Amino acid sequence: MSDIASRGYSNPDVLVSTDWVADNLDAAGIRIVESNEDQLLYPAGHIPGAVQVDWAADLNDQLRRDYLNREGFEALMSRSGIAQDTTVIFYGDRNNWWACYAYWVFQLFGHSNAKVMDGGRQKWEQEGRDLVREVPTYDATDYSAPERNDAPVRAFREDVLAHLDAGGQLVDVRSPQEYSGERLHMPDFPNEGALRGGHIPTARSIPWARAANPEDGTFKTAAELQEIYLNEQGLSPDGDTIAYCRIGERSSHTWFVLTHLLGFGNVRNYDGSWTEWGNLVNVPIEK
Amino acid sequence: MTHEGIPQPLAELLDEFSFLERGERVDYLIEYADQFEPVPERVAVRPFPEERRVKRCESQAYVWAEDTDNGAQKYWFAVENPQGISAMSFCAILDDTISGASLDEVLRIPGDVVFDIYGREVSMGKGEGLLGILTSVQAFAREAAGREGA
Repeated sequence: MSDIASRGYSNPDVLVSTDWVADNLDAAGIRIVESNEDQLLYPAGHIPGAVQVDWAADLNDQLRRDYLNREGFEALMSRSGIAQDTTVIFYGDRNNWWACYAYWVFQLFGHSNAKVMDGGRQKWEQEGRDLVREVPTYDATDYSAPERNDAPVRAFREDVLAHLDAGGQLVDVRSPQEYSGERLHMPDFPNEGALRGGHIPTARSIPWARAANPEDGTFKTAAELQEIYLNEQGLSPDGDTIAYCRIGERSSHTWFVLTHLLGFGNVRNYDGSWTEWGNLVNVPIEK
Repeated sequence: MTHEGIPQPLAELLDEFSFLERGERVDYLIEYADQFEPVPERVAVRPFPEERRVKRCESQAYVWAEDTDNGAQKYWFAVENPQGISAMSFCAILDDTISGASLDEVLRIPGDVVFDIYGREVSMGKGEGLLGILTSVQAFAREAAGREGA
């Protein structure tokens, strides 16, 4: 894969390479954070010095369907040894899907000093680099976060309805079968169920993983991404955009791609996604 | 929850898991993943046939079954995605606890053992793949039970 700087991204600084991470494992002011779909991966072996942020246990409110609040985020930062000026490097499994999700949640609290390791766990492992089981401990920091600010990057259902009225761009990043309504969810997964199948009217179907190279999990080049999102699907970087999936995790990956790699001006992630929309009474659905 | 009629070693494992904290459960599962032994060449060689592949499992899991003398089956697995550690642990658990059990018992295993073992927080995609592994095993058991009944 080509050098990150040569790939034409609007904000190449938001990515670092596996080489860079390997060279900066002990650098001051850096914290490496692993975030995975598979809860066994981090304890079974992670980049030396990396801490884990778990999407279910750490980033979600444990009672309401919402993200952690300011106090919760401050506590998470403190125990992870992250200060406000620490550069956080995210990586994880599945083309950095959950790493992008964690990155996005960190933006609700304005921790913009954050980057993603291109290729994630897959590339690191393929390159035969060190993985350790030892869980590091860091001195607790005194992190003072602002109140969570959802508006810039997060959309709620009312925002989606207003966005529809205004003719805004929508991206459905689920599988084509979910988009068409042919497939809803597994019966054994009541937590992720929806009563109705289909998609939000006018949404373009662009499965999230199209943005990544399957062979090493790296992001495609800007030209390749433009071919998909702009030329093929007709999205404009100047238009307001909302991305969604089933619970808002896959769409945070697309949010990252559109915002940082393609320079879309206003992208929000609708984390209510299909598990909310497909259960709402009297909202428009297309099949 | 009771697990009547399922293979006894699996019932015991589920019972044990019900008392574990999340961190202990994770350690236990990693131990299983470490012990995972993929299908031997005697049974299958790469490239593995598509019909052995578990549908909807993103860890590229494969399942085989061999009939044993007592009318039961020995199950073999492969997990081709090196990051498929949950799949490896589940395959190791199934081999350890249900290989050699009666076909009836294997067929009585409910899908929610995936949650009993991995917790309710397992993502839908992951749960779907793990359940697919169990479903594939049960498809072999059903087929063998049909042959016996014929």
